[in-house]
Amino acid sequence: MNTGSFVERMQAGLWKENPGLVQLLGLCPLLAVTTTLVNGFGLGIATLFVLTLSNALVSATRRWIRQEIRIPIYVLIIASLVTCIELIFKAWFPALDRSLGIFIPLIVTNCAIVARAEVFASRNPIGVSIADGIGMGAGFAALLMAIGAFRELIGQASILSRLDMITGGEPFNGFSFADSGLLLAILPPGAFFSLALAVALKNHMDRKRQAPRGRSLSRKRSKSHQ
Amino acid sequence: MSEQSALKTGFTLALIAAICTALVAVTFHFTKERIAANEKALLEQSLQPALAGVVYDSSVSESRLILPPPHDLPGNEVAIIYRVFAEDKPVAALFVVSARDGYSGAIRILVGVDFDGTVTGIRILQHRETPGLGDKIDSSRSDWVFQFDGHSLTNPEVSGWSIRSDGGEFDQLTGASVTPRAVIKAIRETLLYFNARRDEIFAPPASGEIE
Repeated sequence: MNTGSFVERMQAGLWKENPGLVQLLGLCPLLAVTTTLVNGFGLGIATLFVLTLSNALVSATRRWIRQEIRIPIYVLIIASLVTCIELIFKAWFPALDRSLGIFIPLIVTNCAIVARAEVFASRNPIGVSIADGIGMGAGFAALLMAIGAFRELIGQASILSRLDMITGGEPFNGFSFADSGLLLAILPPGAFFSLALAVALKNHMDRKRQAPRGRSLSRKRSKSHQ
Repeated sequence: MSEQSALKTGFTLALIAAICTALVAVTFHFTKERIAANEKALLEQSLQPALAGVVYDSSVSESRLILPPPHDLPGNEVAIIYRVFAEDKPVAALFVVSARDGYSGAIRILVGVDFDGTVTGIRILQHRETPGLGDKIDSSRSDWVFQFDGHSLTNPEVSGWSIRSDGGEFDQLTGASVTPRAVIKAIRETLLYFNARRDEIFAPPASGEIE
């Protein structure tokens, strides 16, 4: 695998190999919590932290870990990190923790994290593994926020509602543009539509960029398994 | 794998498990006080809105009665009663009850009643009603729950405690009648319970259980 520099890892995570858009990993939290921008941001940041730290720990211990026991060790590392993040959220962002509910502990099951540990961090030095964690985490968080913002705008006709869950202070219901939105966007089907639109938009942009060099395209859908 | 390398592998696994456990233990140690404080503050804060206009000097969360099911309050989950005192005299009670007949699962309701049986505030604590329709029972989504403030079982009479389309005195929600009907029914039953058993509720000492 091409390791490359920090910039390359960021590009890969944010766009070329975006865990949500290209690898289609971690769809369960992605679809479930993205009802508002703030929710998407909260889970995105939590995932970013877990992904970066788990990549760092897996990479740091990769020389001592035998092939046969690597999966239980990834599970141990990821589960402990997620528990720590959950405690930290409960202590400092209790409202956000209540809003995200079960999806904070369920970061454990986000296969994007195990996937990065397995395919990247266990084979690369610690520095570039951390860069990979930040890139992939940021890519996932950006997608969560984009879909969250989109669904909130369409579904509730507002933006940044419950911003107080991050900043503290008085309940803040966001900037509202209309009395009600298109309910479908908030319901589960809306999540699928929004993700499909996001993937389509990305493919369209990639295609446009490559168009001058010829029409035939081989989409690199490298890992589309869940 | 030879016996020696199996031992070594086991040791690595145990070591990493110990390190991970230590990491969680340290985080827990540094967050537990904040988490406990958050939970208590949240409880007091979530109870307060149901006590509009009640003057009291007791700690609400410490005067709790827990009623394990089966009990005569609405819902078949644990019901909680918080008693509110001023200078050791009972002034109000808060009930945490469930409405089972909502659109989607139990609706957890906080009902505040003053000593005379007048509603001092209603709040929805937990629900999974449809976003945009039934979720307007939530005080952060609409003013619907405020319409009960100041009412009691004599204002209107018991028969008036239902939504208008059922011949009652209270507003329903546009596009949702199952949810308001369930909530009003639970409130009505709670008020009936309070009127019938008021002295019994305030009788037990600071914290405990009653039948």
